[in-house]
Amino acid sequence: MSLMARDVAVGYRRGTPVLTGVSLAVEPGEVVGLAGPSGCGKSTLARVLALLLPPWSGGVVIDDEPVRRARHRVPRELRVAVGVVFQSPRRSVDPRFTLADVIAEPLRAGGRSTAAARPDVERLATRVDLTADLLDRRPHEVSDGQLQRACLARALAAEPRYLVCDEMTSMLDASTSAALVGVVNEEVAERRMGVLAVSHDPDLLDVWARRVITL
Amino acid sequence: MNPGPNVDHGQAVLAAAGRTASGRGHRDAEVVLAADAVSVRLRLSGGRTVRAVNDVSFRLRRGRVLALVGESGSGKSVLASTILGLLPGNAQVRGSVTLGGAGGEPMELLRASERVLAGRVRGRRVGLVPQSAATHLTPVRTARAQLAEVVRELAMGRRRDRSREALRVEELAAEVGLAPSELDRYPHELSGGMAQRVVTALALAGDPPVVIADEPTAGLDRVLVDRTVDLLRALATGGRSVLLITHDLAAAESAADDLAVMYAGRLLEVGPVGAVLADPWHDYTRGLLGALPAGGLVPIPGQPPELTNLPEGCVFHHRCPGVCSGDVTLRWSGERAVACR
Repeated sequence: MSLMARDVAVGYRRGTPVLTGVSLAVEPGEVVGLAGPSGCGKSTLARVLALLLPPWSGGVVIDDEPVRRARHRVPRELRVAVGVVFQSPRRSVDPRFTLADVIAEPLRAGGRSTAAARPDVERLATRVDLTADLLDRRPHEVSDGQLQRACLARALAAEPRYLVCDEMTSMLDASTSAALVGVVNEEVAERRMGVLAVSHDPDLLDVWARRVITL
Repeated sequence: MNPGPNVDHGQAVLAAAGRTASGRGHRDAEVVLAADAVSVRLRLSGGRTVRAVNDVSFRLRRGRVLALVGESGSGKSVLASTILGLLPGNAQVRGSVTLGGAGGEPMELLRASERVLAGRVRGRRVGLVPQSAATHLTPVRTARAQLAEVVRELAMGRRRDRSREALRVEELAAEVGLAPSELDRYPHELSGGMAQRVVTALALAGDPPVVIADEPTAGLDRVLVDRTVDLLRALATGGRSVLLITHDLAAAESAADDLAVMYAGRLLEVGPVGAVLADPWHDYTRGLLGALPAGGLVPIPGQPPELTNLPEGCVFHHRCPGVCSGDVTLRWSGERAVACR
């Protein structure tokens, strides 16, 4: 049982791979740090493990089940097994959505109506410490920290078995960072979610991750 | 810390700004930028008002780096825009910001006309290193072309002298640590760190004595943060004064001489960076340190108040673990000031 990258080679331009022969595994209930200088392929590997980027060769295996293809072509049960939070919350939400819509997106994609999703949205919002009055606002009406809280709630909505945090806290102040890491750790403790924490901050990974892989 | 060369002019600026240097910093370097009781209100539709900056005063001295630390939405960037006269039309500003020191006579910025700000202040006496460097570059022109244009506008006479212009561009590139070959790249070919250095070079083109750097380390990895910190330190060593706006306490600690902690539009604590971080006086500063990985990753409970709906009295009251002193004005004691107790 694990979220595993097996001998992955991947890139964006033919003939110039960003990663070759990379393997890594995240077990349930553990936080694995992924470190390295900028441009070393951390985020690319995170995108592969979040099933957003199909590897050229090698592959991703989720709990012994190999994943073919990427994004919407992955069967739903596998796709929702991995959640992802990106560095910039502004660039990872639809500016026309309210925060409630943002959080509800995975639930609606699973076939629920907005009204039916609302109780879960409120529960998730409470979990990440977003107050009810913020839920009806749009991204431009909230701070980066508040928006990242919504993005984390969205990532947790489908109760993923694994969570990929790609520089989740690097745009945030210390207190909001600590709060979000705390929420993720609760999920790790309560339902043994596995976490891949990508960060260029060695101090953070020292404290947060059980082990750190350097690319 | 950094004893400066000249005292008298600083007193003049302080007097011009309507304050005395009562007992603090009189042995220090001259004040080049003095903000006094600056407040900024932004009117929204529906009668709401964002109180983005509230009664902020600070002194930026020659050859020093002052870090303004606060979370997103605490009003730091609005303060930068206020100093440079770049606020939107719905803004109401009170207080004063006085530009002094070398490079021109003292000038009050908040009431200066757009013509004066554009022609004599921005880029010439105050340079801005904007947030998210890469998005501030024109995507269709090389770094060299953009740098040359700014040099031409700010630092050259009326007659164009291409060789002098090219020389100055190379000089600026060398100052910020850019290789000549990197200058010939287009913005999409620059890494985050290189783009950061290009916009820093742009900010220095007019040789301004004051540089405002808005979140220069955001999104950079440790090596690049260190390089940016070195660059800011080098600016200060070279006699410039830097206002560093950041949410990154670690970067502030290594780059700055002085620290001002901003929260919900107010300064809660000010002082020499080492002293403040070693022994914070305000519960908010203490909370921020505790939230760092080294401090144990303990978040401050709750969230900042809405700037449209600030509480009366202390803005940190509803999150504060301490006993309320009922005191909200920044009070000085020696080199340090705190808005509580």
